[in-house]
Amino acid sequence: MAKDVSNDLAAQVQQAFAEKQALCIAGSGSKLPLGRAVSAQPLDVTAHQGIVEYMPTELVITARAGTSLQALESVLAESGQMLPFEPPHLGEGATLGGTIACGLSGPRRPYAGAARDFTLGARIINGRGEVLSFGGQVMKNVAGYDASRLMVGAQGTLGVLLEISLKVLPRPACEHTLVVDMDAATAIATMTRLANVALPLTAACHLPATSQQAGQLCLRLSGAKEAVMAAVAFIQEQIQKLLQKEQQTLSVTEKKNHDEQASMFWQDLRERRLPFFSDADTLWRLSLPPATPVLTEILPGECLLDWGGAQRWLKTEASADTVQAAAQKMGGHAAQLNQEGTVLAPLDSVLKKIHQQVKTAFDPRGILNPGRLYEEL
Amino acid sequence: MQIESQGVLANQLVTLFLQFLAAESVLFREEERRPYECDGLSVYRQLPLLVVLPETVEQVQQVLRICSEHKVPVVARGAGTGLSGGALPLADGVLLSLAKFNQILDIDLQNRCARVQPGVRNLAISEAVAVHNLYYAPDPSSQIACSIGGNVAENAGGVHCLKYGLTVHNILKLEIVTMEGERLTIGSDALDTPGFDLLALFTGSEGMLGVIVEVTVKLLPKPEAVQVLLAAFDDVVKASDAVGKIIAAGIIPAGLEMMDNPAICAAEAFAQAGYPEDAVAILLCELDGGQQEVVVQVEQVKTILQDCGATDVRVAASVAEREKFWKGRKAAFPAIGRISPDYYCMDGTIPRHQLAKVLAGIAALSEEYSLPVANVFHAGDGNLHPLILFDASRPGELERTEEMGGRILDLCVAVGGTITGEHGVGIEKIDQMCHQFSSAELQQMHALKAAFDPEGLLNPGKAVPTLHRCAEFGAMHVHKGALPFPELERF
Repeated sequence: MAKDVSNDLAAQVQQAFAEKQALCIAGSGSKLPLGRAVSAQPLDVTAHQGIVEYMPTELVITARAGTSLQALESVLAESGQMLPFEPPHLGEGATLGGTIACGLSGPRRPYAGAARDFTLGARIINGRGEVLSFGGQVMKNVAGYDASRLMVGAQGTLGVLLEISLKVLPRPACEHTLVVDMDAATAIATMTRLANVALPLTAACHLPATSQQAGQLCLRLSGAKEAVMAAVAFIQEQIQKLLQKEQQTLSVTEKKNHDEQASMFWQDLRERRLPFFSDADTLWRLSLPPATPVLTEILPGECLLDWGGAQRWLKTEASADTVQAAAQKMGGHAAQLNQEGTVLAPLDSVLKKIHQQVKTAFDPRGILNPGRLYEEL
Repeated sequence: MQIESQGVLANQLVTLFLQFLAAESVLFREEERRPYECDGLSVYRQLPLLVVLPETVEQVQQVLRICSEHKVPVVARGAGTGLSGGALPLADGVLLSLAKFNQILDIDLQNRCARVQPGVRNLAISEAVAVHNLYYAPDPSSQIACSIGGNVAENAGGVHCLKYGLTVHNILKLEIVTMEGERLTIGSDALDTPGFDLLALFTGSEGMLGVIVEVTVKLLPKPEAVQVLLAAFDDVVKASDAVGKIIAAGIIPAGLEMMDNPAICAAEAFAQAGYPEDAVAILLCELDGGQQEVVVQVEQVKTILQDCGATDVRVAASVAEREKFWKGRKAAFPAIGRISPDYYCMDGTIPRHQLAKVLAGIAALSEEYSLPVANVFHAGDGNLHPLILFDASRPGELERTEEMGGRILDLCVAVGGTITGEHGVGIEKIDQMCHQFSSAELQQMHALKAAFDPEGLLNPGKAVPTLHRCAEFGAMHVHKGALPFPELERF
């Protein structure tokens, strides 16, 4: 295993603290577009890599932040396990640290949980250059504040991630994908209905219609073979009933167990590589209550639904203010992704104050990734 | 002198509170305050200066603004079933009861969530949505009485955590009032929010950062089928191996519980669950999912248990038998209470593969202190509840029990575990925090608290020890002890 460079990294942060020198935490750079640009002295963490501990029957893996996500997933796969939140890589060099710092979760998120849900503990360097551990390697732990989950999605503004412990789960024995032609409104109704039944659903998305293809609802079922087979039959029956009521014809494509084309599709959705994502100058990500009605009536444009309706990718001509206001009104929020980076929904004044105070608690001199999430943090 | 000035302060506060609270919502007579002197850990008792029972968020804001202004500490309290003294009042502080916030405000079937007030009982949520085939997953043992606000403050667990997670995994949004009286919404009706994950930070923060005035919980559809297996072993190591093998086979049971022989015998005598009293350990394994899936998994698990050397494997033949299997486990705490004058419940979590070592360590301590121990174990997630049997009427025995308990927790930390899996630190385990965390880590936690509560007025003295206290740790002895509410299940 590579050398533990925690102390070297801590020394660099201590020096930066002393000199009030802002640092930009650098991994492979695959997540750069997910935040605002930071102009500061780079703190390269890629040398801090390696799996520290992994016992498959404990369902826990501990690895250094610079560990390649791909390598980590291969090690888990060898033992028939996986990261249940199906993290997007967004680049071949993706590291575990960047994934956790950005709090990224894939199509499985609404059914299994998010990156933060599987984070059990973290070893970090705070803005004073102190090495601190929070949480641990066990699943139930309420000793002290949950500062490890607080790191997830903070994009390095609260601490430099050194080591992360994650809960892992067995890979499903069987996986089927169902693709059904239908419009977005019917897809939302279908997904809502199915979510109210205990089914082994692990992904549900809707692709908008194109000039060649009608809109499509794509469902993934994973688990024990018996559970998947029973669910496939149940879902087909439910969809048939629904479509008959709407006087639409049923067209179902079924991709059998671990079909390569199907798993490639879900990977492409996760990695934002589907054709939908390719021609967008500005892309919006809306995080909404899953049953929120079709957006395009309020926000004209093209919309791809993921997370059973809870995550919506939108290409629209509507103004930024209009999109933000609409998302907020619907109980969620919107982020704008463009060439320069990502603009998150603004925080209200009370939340902003709390965020600034939390930032100061970890990083009193504001040297860790300043401005990465919000200008004022 | 101090008492006199406290009396003046109490009078002053009462006058201020009565300007917006009804007379019956401000309790200042001793006999009115008495019921609030402790929570579920009743050996710690302290009369609060005053008790207030607001019923609107605006009133909570006003109470906190007044206390902030007068620098009066505040302890928030839900149902008071906590097991670590987290809601223990302060002699110079206001006890803020949220008991009147007991309404389910909204059930959203389309998005499978419910908006509830903090005083709503955990079980009442599942009962209210049962007709829609939904439920709220976390099921702490006190779920019939404990309230959701307290569940969030303690990050409550239960017996189904391995598969369905803790409170932190099952809530979407919180409405908070800060110590300064400001309203704060954290989380949202969507699955995430921009900025820091304050929802995770607040969950399990033991009332130190803000007062929870509303919770939006996630609801899950009920599984189609449930089945329970009971396996007997002549060796704890074999039972422990079986747990690892079930998980290695790719099966995540809904519940996976272990009991050792003293716990089995006590539970059997109390609940007649049909447990084999000659077994060294038993495992209870609950499987849920689709009808067919459960049938197949029951067979798989049965084979694994037999291969691991189980001396007996039984599959519940009926719903009644399933409930009987669980009854013994759920009655384990009161069952111990029947055979011993007092018992002291520990709550460490350990990496599961360290179980044999930790149990051997506990057995050695039991011998050293001449105090018997019964062990019940949430085997799936590594949360161990050793119950130390003692008699508080014997001079010095309580102190020896406390000392032994502390050493068990040190053992949990030494093998890579934690001092508390689900009961919280509160006042009870505050000294053990000094063992689990370094000074820099504790200081970081204090800084985090100050970000929300700069004056340190919310539940001071709980959850995170001062460095001064850690320095003195070792010379102190405080009382810990038996549980009140004997009617509640503890497991």
